Amino acid sequence: MSKCTKRKLRGRLWTTTKGIPMHLIVDGKPIDIEADPEMPLLWALRDLAGKTGPKFGCGIAACGACTVHMDGTPVRSCILPLREVQGEITTIEGISTDGKLHPVQQAWLEEQVAQCGYCQAGQIMSAVALLDEIDNPSDEDIDNAMGGNLCRCGTYPRIRAAIKKAAALKTAGI
Amino acid sequence: MASVGKIARRTFLIGAAAIAGGVAIGYYYYRKPYPNPLEGELAEGEATFNPYVKVASDNTITVIAPRAEMGQGVSTSLAALVAEELDVGLDRIKVEHGPAAYAYYNSEMLAEGGPFAFYNDGLFAETARGAMGALGKILGFQGTGGSSSIRDGFDKMRQAGAATRHVLVEAAAKKLGVPASELETADATITHKASGKSLTYGEVAVAAAQIEPPAMLKLREKAEWKLLGKPQMRTDMLAKVTGAPIFGVDVTLPDMLHGTVKMSPRFWSKPVKSDLSKAEKMPGVIKIVPLDTTYGHGFGVIAENTWAAFKAADAIEVEWADAEYPADSAAISRALTDALATQGSALRDDGNVDTAFADAPREKIVEADYAVPYLAHACMEPMNATARLKDGVLDIWSPNQMPTITRQLCAGAAGIEQDKVNVHTTFLGGGFGRRGEMDFSIYAALLAKEAGGKPVKVIWTREEDTRHDVYRPAAAGKFQARLGDDGLPVAIDMKIASPSIIASVLRRTFPSLSPVGPDKTIAEGSFDQPYVVPNYRVAAIPAQISVPVGFWRSVGNSYNGFFHEAFMDEIATAGKTDPVELRRKLMTTHPTALKVVEKVAEMSKWGETLPAGKAKGFAFTLSFGSWVGEVVQVADTPAGIRIEKVWIAADVGTAIDPGIIEAQLVSGAIYGLSAAMGQEITFADGMVEQSNFHDFDAMRIFQCPTFEVAILENAKKMGGVGEVATPPAIPALANAVFALTGKRIRSLPLSKEVSFA
Ligand code: FES
Ligand code: FES
Repeated sequence: MSKCTKRKLRGRLWTTTKGIPMHLIVDGKPIDIEADPEMPLLWALRDLAGKTGPKFGCGIAACGACTVHMDGTPVRSCILPLREVQGEITTIEGISTDGKLHPVQQAWLEEQVAQCGYCQAGQIMSAVALLDEIDNPSDEDIDNAMGGNLCRCGTYPRIRAAIKKAAALKTAGI
Repeated sequence: MASVGKIARRTFLIGAAAIAGGVAIGYYYYRKPYPNPLEGELAEGEATFNPYVKVASDNTITVIAPRAEMGQGVSTSLAALVAEELDVGLDRIKVEHGPAAYAYYNSEMLAEGGPFAFYNDGLFAETARGAMGALGKILGFQGTGGSSSIRDGFDKMRQAGAATRHVLVEAAAKKLGVPASELETADATITHKASGKSLTYGEVAVAAAQIEPPAMLKLREKAEWKLLGKPQMRTDMLAKVTGAPIFGVDVTLPDMLHGTVKMSPRFWSKPVKSDLSKAEKMPGVIKIVPLDTTYGHGFGVIAENTWAAFKAADAIEVEWADAEYPADSAAISRALTDALATQGSALRDDGNVDTAFADAPREKIVEADYAVPYLAHACMEPMNATARLKDGVLDIWSPNQMPTITRQLCAGAAGIEQDKVNVHTTFLGGGFGRRGEMDFSIYAALLAKEAGGKPVKVIWTREEDTRHDVYRPAAAGKFQARLGDDGLPVAIDMKIASPSIIASVLRRTFPSLSPVGPDKTIAEGSFDQPYVVPNYRVAAIPAQISVPVGFWRSVGNSYNGFFHEAFMDEIATAGKTDPVELRRKLMTTHPTALKVVEKVAEMSKWGETLPAGKAKGFAFTLSFGSWVGEVVQVADTPAGIRIEKVWIAADVGTAIDPGIIEAQLVSGAIYGLSAAMGQEITFADGMVEQSNFHDFDAMRIFQCPTFEVAILENAKKMGGVGEVATPPAIPALANAVFALTGKRIRSLPLSKEVSFA
């Protein structure tokens, strides 16, 4: 959301059903919505912007299912109110380019990571951010970056293997 | 009643002939018990051959895998069974859940419902199995659970593939004017080698659908399999790495409204006083609806978006009636202890236990009391469903494990006939038994009634989900063993008390029915284990505590595995026998079990001396037809106990997809370890105290051990895989903790006494 919109929100009482107009950039595309500025980004994405990739798991930043990037930094969209959104949002739906999977998605596919799959959008977004920061993460780096992403199906061993594979794919320029 | 018995018997005989004669019978064609539900919904140019296969003229092949895909990979494996006989690659196949239909009955899920051990193949046990299975067919019971899908589908799905291929070839033979025997099939194409002519399946599909397939087709031998027995790429993987809208919470429909529920935090209690005014006035709120169901009482909110619904639910002010059950955890455990003082039904009673204990010298007796808490399923995707009631037709999009019962109960809720209800099963963001329930679907149906024909997507908060589960029951056990001079047990007496899952399920789904016979889930995992002890009694005692309980991954095995195998470890310690050696001696009449024990001991280098501060624990459980041994290695670290490595050996009889099986074994073990380490649902003032992942967490990646898995195929009968690694993981960890610390922890979670890194 631009700074200017943000200023406009301040001091204005939100009473209408629809909320107030807001402008977001999601997966590279501008999106105009009307919402309560207190609404968490997750619900704005899912219910108002038609982006169902990020999932709802807990609503208290305890599971990571809702992870998206704000200007490249992973954030838990379930506790991020719209009024605090500053910068471009990237969801799982926006990381592959020209119909080609992101190396992390490719590695996930090759390692056959997902079981129920519900946590995986969040897992992948955390892993993408990790690899953007560290080319060749150690096990400890992986533990630190992925500890907030719960998987009830217990896909952790394959997640770890896939992150290492993705690092290799990225280095090889795939 | 008589006719049911007769049909059951007839059906059983058919099953028996099939097993004895070594030929598979085309069950569906042979008896055609139910109409093909796909006939009514074909697209232009599409043909259907049986309830499992559709072929379109552009050669698109759709397989209906009528079991809920909740992560266990069932859609891929069921499709592979069809593909193997149909001669197509899995990459060509579109897999769908299909509609709710009686044709998709699961006979295997009920077949193991009787009080018999899996290895008991006596005439009585077998007859009962056949009758129970037939009951599944008669009821048209479409369900996913009991690790039964592949066992149920093994012949059905391959027959569907073979029959489809057969009629496609016949149609091609006619069209090309050549004998069918000269035609070959590969990659959805039929080729006549001699003339070089070929036709795709799609080109002959419509003609083929007119041909009646034979009642019986010979299926391919294991040695000829091209897909089965080898790891396949999962058909749902691409959707799951790209964030595709495949789950219940992702359903999006024109004009859709959103909603949530706020149900009484005390089960079965009604509101005594409520004030909806504040909630009703909140922005975005459309309507607040009182809900009164067999699952509980409370309110539903219809709103313009989910967040508005959540906020409104929060703002509803209600005073709820008191609980009808013991109101706190201490009172619940007293009720369990009281139950243990009664007799119960002995599901196993070998030799004469009373006599064996009568003259036992004190020093030869091992005694222990065990207990486990209630547990929530905590599926990653909170409970939800979307419903629309328009022009007298209810459409319900529901991530569920029981489509036919969902259809039935939602029809009741909406006040319409079942044939006016369409159940669309989405992918499930975890199930573990929780999604075999109907509450989330019924609530959506009731809200749809108030939505003026618009669809309503009803999503629960995590708090609502945690506090309104059907829990893995709390249980308590009293165990006694008498040791002989060689340290081996001469007598074992086990009593297990727990609320009955079957009684609880009936109360909320079919309240007019009452349960008959003992509920074997109370003692499964204890009474049916492949040990030979001369005097061996295991009794199940239903405790009257009405907190809703349900099927939680591996059901009764989830706690009996712990009770039985931790107590076996105590027997080993008291008798100065190595735990693995103890199994070697007590399992001699069960070679399948012995081989599993030997395998996991060998893999984990059992018996080799470990460095100080490290230790291993062993456990074995036979559940859902699979024989599973696990070894857990733990290490003492400054941050607490670290689970370093887990070895699993599992005999599943026939392994359809080793990649998926490995994933399920690891998954099941992690599910069990998560519970053993730290999970419990406790009560205060009649309400569940936990609410979200901060107080009901599960294993995280930094706690996750490494795994080594071996899949064996010595067993005669095929076993399940979705649940079987959960039960032994828990005692293997508890036994490792004992080996490391000397602390025998008999009450879960272990975190009450030790801390984990
Ligand atoms: S839904 Fe946001 S962290 Fe769980
Ligand atoms: S794959 Fe099911 S929760 Fe992670």
